[in-house]
Amino acid sequence: MEYFLQQLINGITLGSIYGLIAIGYTMVYGIIGMINFAHGDIFMVGSFVALIVITALGLTISTGLGLTILALILVLVTAMVIASVFGWTIERMAYRPLRGSFRLAPLITAIGISIVLQNYIQITQGARVKPLQPIISGGYTIMTRVDTNGEFAVQISNMQIMIIVVTVILMTIFSLIIAKTSLGRAQRACEQDRKMASLLGINVDRTISMTFVMGAALAAVAGLMFLLYYGVIDFFIGFVAGVKAFTAAVLGGIGSLPGAMLGGLVIGLIETFWSAYFSIEYKDVAAFSMLAIVLIFLPQGLLGKPEVEKV
Amino acid sequence: MIAKIDDAVLTVEHLNMRFGGLLAVDNLSFDVGRKDITALIGPNGAGKTTVFNCITGFYKPTEGRITTHHEDGKKFLLERMDDFKIPKIAKVARTFQNIRLFSGMTVLENLMVGQHNPLMVASNYTFGGIFGLKTYKTAEKKAMDLAKYWMDQTRLTARADDAAGDLPYGDQRKLEIARAMCTNPKLLCLDEPAAGLNPRESEDLNKLLMFIRKERETGILLIEHDMNVVMGISDHIVVLDYGKKIADGTPEEIRSDPKVIAAYLGVDDEEIETVEQEIEEGVSS
Amino acid sequence: MTDETIKEANPGWHLDAGKVAKDLVVTALLATAIFGSTIAYKTVSAEGGLALETRYDIAFYIIAAVVVGRLILWLAVWSRPSGHRSPVMPANMKASIAFLTTKIGKGFATTMLLIALVFPFLPFTDRYLLDLGILVLTYVMLGWGLNIVVGLAGLLDLGYVAFYAIGAYSYALLAQYFGLSFWICLPLAGILAAFWGIILGFPVLRLRGDYLAIVTLAFGEIIRVVLLNWYWFTGGPDGLSGIPRPSFFGIDFNRSESGFAHIFGLEYSSSHRIVFLYFLILALALLTNFVTNRLRRLPIGRAWEALREDEIACRSLGLNTTTVKLTAFATGGMFAGFAGSFFATRQGFISPESFTFIESALILAIVVLGGMGSQIGVVIAAIVMIGGFEIFREAEQYRMLIFGLAMVFIMIWRPRGLISTRIPSIFLKEKKAVSSDMVSQGEGH
Ligand SMILES: Nc1ncnc2c1ncn2[C@@H]1O[C@H](COP(=O)(O)OP(=O)(O)O)[C@@H](O)[C@H]1O
Ligand SMILES: [Mg+2]
Repeated sequence: MEYFLQQLINGITLGSIYGLIAIGYTMVYGIIGMINFAHGDIFMVGSFVALIVITALGLTISTGLGLTILALILVLVTAMVIASVFGWTIERMAYRPLRGSFRLAPLITAIGISIVLQNYIQITQGARVKPLQPIISGGYTIMTRVDTNGEFAVQISNMQIMIIVVTVILMTIFSLIIAKTSLGRAQRACEQDRKMASLLGINVDRTISMTFVMGAALAAVAGLMFLLYYGVIDFFIGFVAGVKAFTAAVLGGIGSLPGAMLGGLVIGLIETFWSAYFSIEYKDVAAFSMLAIVLIFLPQGLLGKPEVEKV
Repeated sequence: MIAKIDDAVLTVEHLNMRFGGLLAVDNLSFDVGRKDITALIGPNGAGKTTVFNCITGFYKPTEGRITTHHEDGKKFLLERMDDFKIPKIAKVARTFQNIRLFSGMTVLENLMVGQHNPLMVASNYTFGGIFGLKTYKTAEKKAMDLAKYWMDQTRLTARADDAAGDLPYGDQRKLEIARAMCTNPKLLCLDEPAAGLNPRESEDLNKLLMFIRKERETGILLIEHDMNVVMGISDHIVVLDYGKKIADGTPEEIRSDPKVIAAYLGVDDEEIETVEQEIEEGVSS
Repeated sequence: MTDETIKEANPGWHLDAGKVAKDLVVTALLATAIFGSTIAYKTVSAEGGLALETRYDIAFYIIAAVVVGRLILWLAVWSRPSGHRSPVMPANMKASIAFLTTKIGKGFATTMLLIALVFPFLPFTDRYLLDLGILVLTYVMLGWGLNIVVGLAGLLDLGYVAFYAIGAYSYALLAQYFGLSFWICLPLAGILAAFWGIILGFPVLRLRGDYLAIVTLAFGEIIRVVLLNWYWFTGGPDGLSGIPRPSFFGIDFNRSESGFAHIFGLEYSSSHRIVFLYFLILALALLTNFVTNRLRRLPIGRAWEALREDEIACRSLGLNTTTVKLTAFATGGMFAGFAGSFFATRQGFISPESFTFIESALILAIVVLGGMGSQIGVVIAAIVMIGGFEIFREAEQYRMLIFGLAMVFIMIWRPRGLISTRIPSIFLKEKKAVSSDMVSQGEGH
């Protein structure tokens, strides 16, 4: 029971990270029907930028709490801005020229961009894994159990609290943006019917660009969280995290924001429990199999609208 | 008013199709005679295409029974059949309101794909065909002959080797019909085949349909908006409005039916109410 | 001189300086954000954690290069009067171009085949070139195999390498555990790969195009992770070594009395085996091509292409689209299986590292860049890609970067691939190539 509870907490933390990445997939897919294959690598770039800023600021575990929070906000904002620039530029250079072309064409360029980003970071930042000493320490013990095997404590670290809190805050902000602002309205209009939206005077190109920017910004947040949580990153983390986040987006119902978050949580939990109870080596297999199973039995996802074949 | 048809190739009984809150087809029953041209008419959104989609298996009806009857007495329940088996086994072929051709393939290739199933058997499911067995060669020749036959009937022979997507609109419509006929159907369902045709092409189409009925002994179920076409060539007309059948009978009967006039034959909005009122009064009195 | 002629004479004439300046400033800012962050700073391990290394100079040069490059683009390319940008080709001209490419294509294909046949015996062909030739042919074969799935049937498969891996491991394991020879394992590997194609295909082939792509990608990864972790059976990351080399239909390539050289009265040379491997993969590739061309003229092949064009129409004509997809998947998988067992016998050693996603992406890129469905396009693309890869061998680090960039640029330059006309599978009077505007790329278009 205690072990289960601990895994639950870990799973929710991991799921928050996947959920943040999944939002980028879901928004882009919703608006232009394209799998932005390079999105996972934007997450990776965001993570590296965060690492650079943290190193530049000389942030360590001994930095005071107030200063740490301020510094982390700075790190977060920088990573979000830089990742957004990456996202915007990629959309502009590699996807927009192919809009209205065949579906395969932008997918191939997205794969190309993914390869470019991975190798670009490998060249500029080195191929080895980057370890980061923990910055945030401490936590709370929720319950302890003492039995013949010794003591087992269920803990939630400050790190985990921060990840979950930041995720909830950002989710709320972005949901509000989509629900309340004209940008959100434009996005929903473009999702429904791009041609009609442009006839009604919506700047479709700008709306799509902004979608990429928002997705990239959230991916950068996830990148920072991942960095702080695991303490190691390399240029390849984007691929696997990307596939899992995409799974999350599909599981939640592609096109649906709450769905992406929910899907992220489910994938995070599955992965954590699988590692905890079965085998850690096959945790990726579990996540990938999950993707296949979801797509086959629930192609519209948990919160998505069922799609009717128009004949 | 139910027109009872003795020798029906298709019977539709109590068909219901629901999309969420919308009942697109509401308790619809009608028959299609074996060698008849039956027209299914009604205003836009009345549910005609939906009926076709139920008959040809693209939608699974919410309720109801759809049966085809072959001359040899075999019966097939279409609402339980996989969509691809309906043309293959129950021998019901269709065309689409928005033309669906294999536009990157030539006219001839389109017609060959229409004969996929017999050719597949002739090629021993590819294993014989790949070694160039004679049986397949002969079967292919026969298939070519059938394709040529239909190209001649639709006057597409000169364009046999052109991409289907390159054809003018009218020819594309005809090619879609020819392709459906290559499956040797007992019943041919045509969804607005005359839409977008000029009067001459429309005339050609009528001739083609008459030819199919007469020479090929194929029943035709036709969705059509052009009243001249409908009245001119159909043996039997079914009228739909808001998913419900409001009339069913010969062209003469339909022509004089006040409900049809009200719902369909170009009555102004205000007049409809008065006409409907009159009808209701007529019924109650 | 009229305005028009001035514009033509000076491409930069009507440039709006303000607009260009603004664009350049934006470019500079973006470039600064992108390169100023990741090139100017690098985290390096240091005592007690990480330290930053700065490279402002390199970052500055790159940013400057981007801005100057953009300026040059403005001046040289984007400033042309708009009417000159893309002349619209009349339809009959398009048709004649299509006709011409098919004519050239035929001659070209024959020439390529002849070159391929004499290649090992050319005076300048050394061991290195021969190995490169084998590599190119392997990718040509894989490209042709994937072409069935992607080019003909229009199903996007991002996990094709899984079948390649299954083929390779099938041969290696069958040889290791049962001592079976290459010539028995070759068909078995193909059958096993096809079988896996069907197992995987059954559930997933109902999915829409890009979902299918992701699931196949996941499948490829699953296979790789399993190979990596199933230590006692597959050797895990250590791979399998000592895979038997192929024999000349039972005659080994060695110095012994019963060796190839002795029996054929030749002086022993280690290159015999390489030349044999070369012809082996050439034969396998040609077999793939031959079978594909045959299948295209059979109902099954036409059904694949019809499926790519319009799945719903297929079903309305009585085609069981699930079967049609499965056969495409299985056939494509089978050829990858053949290629895989060839790979295993050639290398003598295999490990999961050879079967990563990048490999799938490379094969897919060859198919798409070549022009989907075009057999000769695959050959050209394979030569360009693998050859290009070799040219940049020196720049080891930058190789993949350049590869990725090339993928993006070629796609934007020619979304349809290099050769995009389609040759009909059957004709009444004359075979006319179908222009690419008509041909669909499957699933939703
Ligand atoms: N797949 C579907 N999902 C939801 N509603 C549908 C679907 N197909 C048709 N409808 C609805 O059913 C009604 C009848 O449509 P349709 O059969 O196309 O009409 P018709 O062909 O007579 O013009 C319309 O209101 C249409 O919006
Ligand atoms: Mg309709």
